[in-house]
Amino acid sequence: MALSTPESDQRGFRDPGNGLRFAVVCALSIALMVADNRVNLLQDIRRVLAAAAFPLQVLVDSPAALGRWLGEAGATRSRLLTENEALRATSLEQSGQLQRLAALEAENERLRALLDSTAKVGDRVLIAEIMSVDMDPFRQRVVINKGSQDDAFIGQALIDADGVVGQITRDQIFSSQAILITDAEHALPVEVLRTRQRTIANGTGQLDRLSLPFLPRNTDIAVGDLLVTSGLGGIFPPGYPVAVISKVATDSGTEFLSVEAEPAAALSRVREVLLIWPGNQTPTDLLDPATEIAPDPALPEPTDSAAPESGQEASEPEAAPADGDQA
Amino acid sequence: MSRRNVPRWPVWLTLIGAAALMTLPLPDALTAYRPAWATLVLIYWIMMWPGRFGLGTGWAIGLLLDVLQGATLGQHALALTVVAYITLRFHLQIRIFPLWQLTATVFALLGLEAFILFWIDGVAGNPPAGAARWSQVVTGAVLWPFAMAIMDRLRERLERRDARFA
Repeated sequence: MALSTPESDQRGFRDPGNGLRFAVVCALSIALMVADNRVNLLQDIRRVLAAAAFPLQVLVDSPAALGRWLGEAGATRSRLLTENEALRATSLEQSGQLQRLAALEAENERLRALLDSTAKVGDRVLIAEIMSVDMDPFRQRVVINKGSQDDAFIGQALIDADGVVGQITRDQIFSSQAILITDAEHALPVEVLRTRQRTIANGTGQLDRLSLPFLPRNTDIAVGDLLVTSGLGGIFPPGYPVAVISKVATDSGTEFLSVEAEPAAALSRVREVLLIWPGNQTPTDLLDPATEIAPDPALPEPTDSAAPESGQEASEPEAAPADGDQA
Repeated sequence: MSRRNVPRWPVWLTLIGAAALMTLPLPDALTAYRPAWATLVLIYWIMMWPGRFGLGTGWAIGLLLDVLQGATLGQHALALTVVAYITLRFHLQIRIFPLWQLTATVFALLGLEAFILFWIDGVAGNPPAGAARWSQVVTGAVLWPFAMAIMDRLRERLERRDARFA
């Protein structure tokens, strides 16, 4: 019975209408692609479609979520106690550093007030979770469980406890798609913290490597230098750690150094990320090049100690802005 | 034909399930070999029940994949429509192929799909994916006989149930 050829099958075989339908559907697909790629007309349609597909993603995520839940539920008392103790220790340590940060922030704000520039601090943050859902296997994209429902927007920066993770490329209603900084299509304006040399960090397609093209051969840059976001480009707020230089090589045949950096954030393991809403970012960005000139020699000293703490500034969202306002 | 009464929803369930399976996270070493499950399932149902599933099915599942994978809207839709059309056009021949020949055909179809996706990526200016794009074609063809055995069982059960109720 299975291999019989009923009329419907033969009609499907001979029907010339099929070719016409094929042409129509192909034309429709091509029109969709053009509309999506060139004109960005389809954002709303895509939002609706993505919201419709969200339950499917929740379903795919559920085994991993269940595994995590079981892992937590099945944790032994002694392990929880050790973990708790360790967390308390880091919390104490970090709140100690945070006190110093508050003073530094106040000082920074006073200095900036002298220079007639707006204060940088005061970013609002929200914790989002990266869902265990794979996207295009050839690119480094992730799905996070916060969407336009939670005020996420296209171009919003994602960071984790150690550094910049990526930015949102599509805000859907219940979820968002984000691109990691190591995706081959991603470029990020950075500056070398030690020398304030500004440059761009390109993704390479490998999770543990960024590349810094077009640095002249006489650039002062060394393995171990920390790269932070420069705030130019207006997407990432300035001052968040991005990567550590891992390789500097001079090829005699080329005009530029070949420089590689290792992302500060653990991109292959990261589960929870922070979404950042920049406080009052636009004016600082415009003033940044100007303010840079004056305090240049004095800068490495204070920023050096402030940089590792910018992660904590984000993990204590309430404390940081409040302190900034009081000063 | 009794097949007219066979319910459609189990088939849609397998198609959507296959699309979801393509977003299931795998260890990094295996991601390059993840087969295009949705294409395999689509080829099977169009080949076996061409009167009920065809171009529209391929297009809809392709659109779902586009949304799930964050690709250009229409990319997978176009690729799967082409695969659906060829399967539909030749389903009478393909159906009576011996297994190895059928597997070779599926291999060719998967290769065609991968090529269309690759081409569209090139036109749209997305970076090329390298060898990973082609290794999954091989995995897909290797897994086809197993996928087919499972789907055969499901189809027979559906048809038997239909014969009982018809």
